[in-house]
Amino acid sequence: MDVMMRLILAQGMLGLNNGVFYAMLSLGLAVIFGMLNVVNFAHGALYMLGAFVALILSSYLGPWIGLDALHLGFWPALIIAPIVVGCFGMLIERTMLRWLYKFDPIYGLLLTFGIALVLQGLFSNYFNSAGTPYPAQPESLRGVVHLGFMVFPKYRLFAILFSIVVCFLTWFVIERTRLGATLRAGVENPELVQAFGINVPRMITLTFGFGTGLAGLAGVLAAPIYSVSPLMGANIIIVVFAVVVIGGMGSILGAITAGLALGLIEGMTKVFYAPAANTVIFFLMVIVLLIRPAGLFGRQN
Amino acid sequence: MVHCRPFGFTGMVEPAITIENDLMGDYEMKGIYLAGACAAALLLGASAASAEGISDGVVKIGVLGDMSGVYKSSFSGEGAVAAVKMAVKDFGGTVLGKPIEVISADHQNKADIGSATARQWIDEQKVDMITDLTNSAVALAVQKLASDKHTITMATGPGSSDLTGKACTKYGIHYGYDTHALAVGTGTAVVKNGGTSWYFITADYAFGHALLHDTSEVVEKLGGKVLGNSMVPIATQDFSSYLLQAQNSGAKVVGLANAGGDTVNSIKQAHEFGLTDAGQQLAGLLVTISDVQSIGTDVAKGLSFTSGWYWNTDEKSKDWAKRYAEVSDNAAPTFVRAADYSLTIAYLNAIKAAGTDDADAVREELGKMKIDDFFAKGGQIRKDGLLIHDMYLLTVKQGGESKWDVANVTATIPGKDAYVAEADSGCSLDAK
Repeated sequence: MDVMMRLILAQGMLGLNNGVFYAMLSLGLAVIFGMLNVVNFAHGALYMLGAFVALILSSYLGPWIGLDALHLGFWPALIIAPIVVGCFGMLIERTMLRWLYKFDPIYGLLLTFGIALVLQGLFSNYFNSAGTPYPAQPESLRGVVHLGFMVFPKYRLFAILFSIVVCFLTWFVIERTRLGATLRAGVENPELVQAFGINVPRMITLTFGFGTGLAGLAGVLAAPIYSVSPLMGANIIIVVFAVVVIGGMGSILGAITAGLALGLIEGMTKVFYAPAANTVIFFLMVIVLLIRPAGLFGRQN
Repeated sequence: MVHCRPFGFTGMVEPAITIENDLMGDYEMKGIYLAGACAAALLLGASAASAEGISDGVVKIGVLGDMSGVYKSSFSGEGAVAAVKMAVKDFGGTVLGKPIEVISADHQNKADIGSATARQWIDEQKVDMITDLTNSAVALAVQKLASDKHTITMATGPGSSDLTGKACTKYGIHYGYDTHALAVGTGTAVVKNGGTSWYFITADYAFGHALLHDTSEVVEKLGGKVLGNSMVPIATQDFSSYLLQAQNSGAKVVGLANAGGDTVNSIKQAHEFGLTDAGQQLAGLLVTISDVQSIGTDVAKGLSFTSGWYWNTDEKSKDWAKRYAEVSDNAAPTFVRAADYSLTIAYLNAIKAAGTDDADAVREELGKMKIDDFFAKGGQIRKDGLLIHDMYLLTVKQGGESKWDVANVTATIPGKDAYVAEADSGCSLDAK
């Protein structure tokens, strides 16, 4: 295999690695926007929260409650952190966001933006602003895999596969099951769905919890790769919003596809013109907005 | 101790300040007394007395560093404050009969926050000397500001050779190492061992740029080639794509022109992505023993790096490291912390010799004295502000006897060879 081909494949793998995180996060955003019509600016902060829950479970919880030997590792965190973040999301929805549905969506955006700033500020106050390495990467996922064209850490491969499965399951549940159909109907016509005996407010709370839980899950997955920092959410959320806009606001399939594709495109840009890698997504966003304002997969109306 | 940090986006600036032993309530009183004293002096037709004695009745040393970011554990952090406090205590806690106070703050690696803090320290808190200044971008800003306000800075953490080069100031001192010395030390050793083609991974700010520039110069002077460079923002978590570019360049050596957490991350990930297994050599241009500890000696084994000091060289140094461990809660005895201690003693000695804390008189004494302690052997502060002293080339070893026993000294680089000659430093103080 010649050098160029190897480099393209290798950067492609790394791009995919970034892409799955874009996909997971924009998926959560799309679910929340599609179902609730809320632009959740706190999504990045909740992703950060997920990573911190994992870090706290492994390093801080034991000493806090007086059990120095207690370290909850990666696998428990993979389950606990999304639940914690999801519950936190539901709390936000129940206590704050609920009162804003009758107003313009901009109020929801401003509220969640405020929540993001508060969370970020709180964590910067107590933790290293430049990040704390996550210590509990599972033993079974250490080491590397030889892919022929590159050496790839096992953990990253796991993160890619795991995220793709989660994305697919989410898409399947919402687009292909009865539960998803009810959800979508609840968005279209809440009164009618309520008349069928379905508790629409509770459904909305659970949906918000699910969307934020996805952010928490992405946070746990990211912790061993990127190390845990209060600013990790703020850094990625801008890109993720661009992904959502490109994919089409509220489109599940659009979010997943655009996330993966843009990760790959970013990787390819690093091969051909590295300095543009940080901005290529935004160039594409501008172009997509000019040509298809509702995004690639959005309904044009 | 009070920690105050701005909430929210750190871009919104407010000086982040940690005030210790603070007697906030006394400031107003002091202000009134001062105003009274000045008025009295004016009435008597005398200029405000500054040439003699200690201004404001206290010598204040400000430790302005990275207390929370990538440079916390190897350069700044509580470890730096502990070193300065240890020196003050060893000195006796007073100079010319007046108390010595140490305060500290976090500049968060932001030049604007660093400058705002320094300004407030000098103007309101009457800080007499500012030290640490890890992060060259912050150091360059603060050194200029402090010099305009006739305040001495003694930088230990930042690397940029510009601090005593084209950006040199009358009151700015650079103590411990600089990018030129690192380039000469590590660059020469690596090229002489056959590492003739280089690809750099550079921290994208003043320090990284200076290190890249100085090292490229050394490499090319010795007949080596620089094949490429990737600029990477500070505090990057994921170096993988830059490492791939380095791998693809075919260079024999990947030069890491970064520091602290960035160095740790890039070396760890180079290992993860199999760079070293594929035959490329890593050259960490600024590595501390704390970084080696974080990377793990099994991964870092064989890595050569240049250091301003190593704790395990002689009895005096070992003794210092032992005492430092006790007062610093076992912080890493890195060369920067040793420099913090050494410069504090030197500064206080200079005040004692000058009989005043007036910046001009103290700076003159600092230039005159020979600094010969456990840290700097035969050290001398030049007119451009650079401390010239011997540097060491260390090589990481495995199976040390203690936590910080991670390297062997493989060469000593005499100060005059390690640092740029005074005539070539680019400092134009003499011309003025």
